Amino acid sequence: MMLLATVGPEAYLGVSAILFAIGVGGLLLRRNPIVMFMCIELMLNAANLAFITFAHELDDIGGQVSVFFVLVVAAAEVVVGLGILVAIMRRRPDATADDLDVLKG
Amino acid sequence: MMDNAIFAVGSLIVLAGAVGVVATRSTVYAAMSLVATLFGMAILFLTLQADFLAAVQVIVYAGAVVVLFLFVIMLVGIDRLENLRTDPLIGQRWLGLGAAIVVAAGLLFAVLKGTITGAESSTAKPNGRSENVIDISKVLFTDYLFAFEITSLLLVIGVVGAVALARRRPRSEAELVDGDEPVVTFVDEADETDETDSDEAIEEHA
Repeated sequence: MMLLATVGPEAYLGVSAILFAIGVGGLLLRRNPIVMFMCIELMLNAANLAFITFAHELDDIGGQVSVFFVLVVAAAEVVVGLGILVAIMRRRPDATADDLDVLKG
Repeated sequence: MMDNAIFAVGSLIVLAGAVGVVATRSTVYAAMSLVATLFGMAILFLTLQADFLAAVQVIVYAGAVVVLFLFVIMLVGIDRLENLRTDPLIGQRWLGLGAAIVVAAGLLFAVLKGTITGAESSTAKPNGRSENVIDISKVLFTDYLFAFEITSLLLVIGVVGAVALARRRPRSEAELVDGDEPVVTFVDEADETDETDSDEAIEEHA
């Protein structure tokens, strides 16, 4: 509360926006599937920061609970996504995102 | 003044780590930059009085998720350097950069021009209270109970899916040939234009 009196929610939301844009840029520019995955994590974290900023600004715990659910979903997503990546990389170790245009294994 | 300094340090760590994830050539370094971003995020969470989530952020993200990333990087052995200069799709770099700048501009416009509105909290007001964990758990196990139970189902599905994906299926020879065929033809087609020589060699031996 004291902090937002000095910094303001716009600063936090600005950091969140820039972080999200960095994630978008990395997802569009990089071709290594694991790095693209990390960029998705960056975007999820940017959304989390916005959630918590609003939770603090509006004095409502609901934003923090939402972040809790985002964390759970992100963990499940990472487990399944990395499982898929291992399955792909085991057969084609040099695969980049551009090579993976056949859905059939 | 102190608060400003904490915010500045935290956001600097977050953004520098994010740039590191995107810009570094080595996948391992990208994972380490991701750790920096997640720790910086935990600092920002603390300044916003989200104590519980700051702890969870460090344990779940910096602990479990990044370890999982590093484990996969080491396991499949793709920790080699990637040449960032190659541009396989013509103009992908500039289009991607432009799209990222458009996203950043749109979000910053919304942040700077928007006003924060919202209803009065009906559940709990976290500010200025020290019982962050108690507040969250009370709301989590009353208003959000159904969502909480559903996440357990999601986690079970995730575990089962990961095991099913990672398991090496014992396959007969005939099935193996059938399953391999689409990939082999794909490599042959792409052979003239793309440099997938190593891929092709692997497929031939498989």
